[in-house]
Amino acid sequence: MGMTYVQKLLARACGKTSVAVGDIVEPEVSMAMSHENGALVINQFEEIFRGIGREARVWNPDRIAIIFDHRVPAETAKTGSNQKKVREFVAAQGIGKFHDIRGDVGGICHQILPENGYVRPGYVVVGTDSHTTTHGALGAFAFGIGSTEMASVWTLGTILNIEVPGTIRVNVTGRFPEHVYPKDLILHLIGKLTAEGANFKVIEFGGETIRRMSTSGRLVLCNMAVEAGATGGVVPPDAETLRYLRDEAGVTEAIDVFGPDEGAVYDQTLSIDVSRLEPQIACPHRVDNVKPIKEVVGKKVHQVVIGSCTNGRLDDIEAAAKILKGRKVAAGTRMLVFPASWRVFADALKRGYIGDLVEAGVVLCNSGCGPCLGIHQGALGDNETALATTNRNFKGRMGNPNAEVYLSSAAVAAASAITGVISDPREGK
Amino acid sequence: MQDNIRGRAYVLGDDVDTDQIIPAHYLTYNPAIPEERRMFGVYALSGVPAARAGLPEGRRPFVPEGGEPGEYRIVVGGRNFGCGSSREHAPLALDEAGVEAVIAESYARIFFRNSVNGGYLIPFETPTRLVGEIRTGDDVELDVREHRLTNHTTGRRYELSPLGDILPILEAGDIFAYARAAGTLK
Repeated sequence: MGMTYVQKLLARACGKTSVAVGDIVEPEVSMAMSHENGALVINQFEEIFRGIGREARVWNPDRIAIIFDHRVPAETAKTGSNQKKVREFVAAQGIGKFHDIRGDVGGICHQILPENGYVRPGYVVVGTDSHTTTHGALGAFAFGIGSTEMASVWTLGTILNIEVPGTIRVNVTGRFPEHVYPKDLILHLIGKLTAEGANFKVIEFGGETIRRMSTSGRLVLCNMAVEAGATGGVVPPDAETLRYLRDEAGVTEAIDVFGPDEGAVYDQTLSIDVSRLEPQIACPHRVDNVKPIKEVVGKKVHQVVIGSCTNGRLDDIEAAAKILKGRKVAAGTRMLVFPASWRVFADALKRGYIGDLVEAGVVLCNSGCGPCLGIHQGALGDNETALATTNRNFKGRMGNPNAEVYLSSAAVAAASAITGVISDPREGK
Repeated sequence: MQDNIRGRAYVLGDDVDTDQIIPAHYLTYNPAIPEERRMFGVYALSGVPAARAGLPEGRRPFVPEGGEPGEYRIVVGGRNFGCGSSREHAPLALDEAGVEAVIAESYARIFFRNSVNGGYLIPFETPTRLVGEIRTGDDVELDVREHRLTNHTTGRRYELSPLGDILPILEAGDIFAYARAAGTLK
């Protein structure tokens, strides 16, 4: 029987010729990623070794990446001390893929891994972050795990007792209309599948539209696959994957390219034609509460946010800058932009986008998770409404349970910042 | 793994996300320090909107304002329990609050696996909806081996789904004990 992409990938990672959906496997891990919550992993990791009376050493320091992004720069002494502890651990263990709080190589983990070539097709990637699904965009089977499980990965180099997931295949056809983006596609899909529609499954994206889509767009799709409950999202590697890894991520080693079998068996197959797709909005307080923009146009917004691991890349900032150039953010509305990495920031600066945004009244913030997590900056006031290009709008997100968050593409966010109400960028003058 | 769990039930609805289970601003507490670890229990389920806290009536906080956790041993939820972030503090918080098992119609994978891997609680799936059947405060008893729930308050019994692939980890205690038992971790 034919295998899906992730089945084939897991079979290879386990040294088997095939695996069946539902099999319990223990594959080797190619990349293990943590952010500040690496501090928790360290606690558990050191405890294991205390238990067996050996010196605590990670299985392979080259296969571990640690990126500070959730609370950068530290917002409290406690966070600062936590980060210090991780820094000391990284140095002691010789972990080279460490991205500290820096304006050259820093940024959000889900942007840092791709842009540094840390993720390749065929990889098993685990991360102590739910949006680890992002890395499926480069042909990896990538999923979020907890800190206990990560401590076990750091020790053994394998991930224990995981089920081979079934796959939902999504075939995408058509060309995106102007001002409609991969974000609109994934919001539309989450609305169709619901927040649990893909639980314990993988969403495999394919079709002519995906083949034409940049890696940046694919990262958006896979990033939000988890919002439909998926264990992972994946785009089987193709020419664009190779272009990105060679030209943008500087990978020079051989890259393993394979696809799903012709006769792969899927749990469900969906077809979406994007040529008639409209901008989509996820309304409070559920990511699957998705509506076409016309149903929410006119809603007053107090804060507009562009950034995060979902939509803080160069093409998002470009879309926003083009809309905002020579215009002004409305009085009574504030707009924050958080680039996904400092490399993104540098590129946007070179192209003049940052200047256009700041002139329009945008507050440019440092790369990091910032207001998406909502702990550390950009918190909403009571009864305020935000429109954000981030990935979650749960109650309490963006720092205030008495506020609400709508989710959209960067183009919708920028158009709405000018008017102060949710606005359709297709109607912008 | 305990074979039998009896205590009061606390009932929640669908899509209880990890921000509701433990809001992000409490994540700076360090679980390795006992006096900070207990704070996760104090703030467990503090992000649940009041109207949905302690069904069917609601407005029944899991931990009373200024009070101590520990009143409930079994949490009953609806669909997609534990969706959202990968924070392991979510099952840890329920554990610290005295919860031994969650019974829900379906789970988000990371929460489900975290519950088991860290040895925090037993995540049972129920093929029938128990929200509405069971009321917050009911005296319930879980037969873990027979995957059966008895509501002593109403006298009704419910068959739950078998634990399946996670059973060996639950029996070992947590993922490390499982690895030791399997000879993977020496």
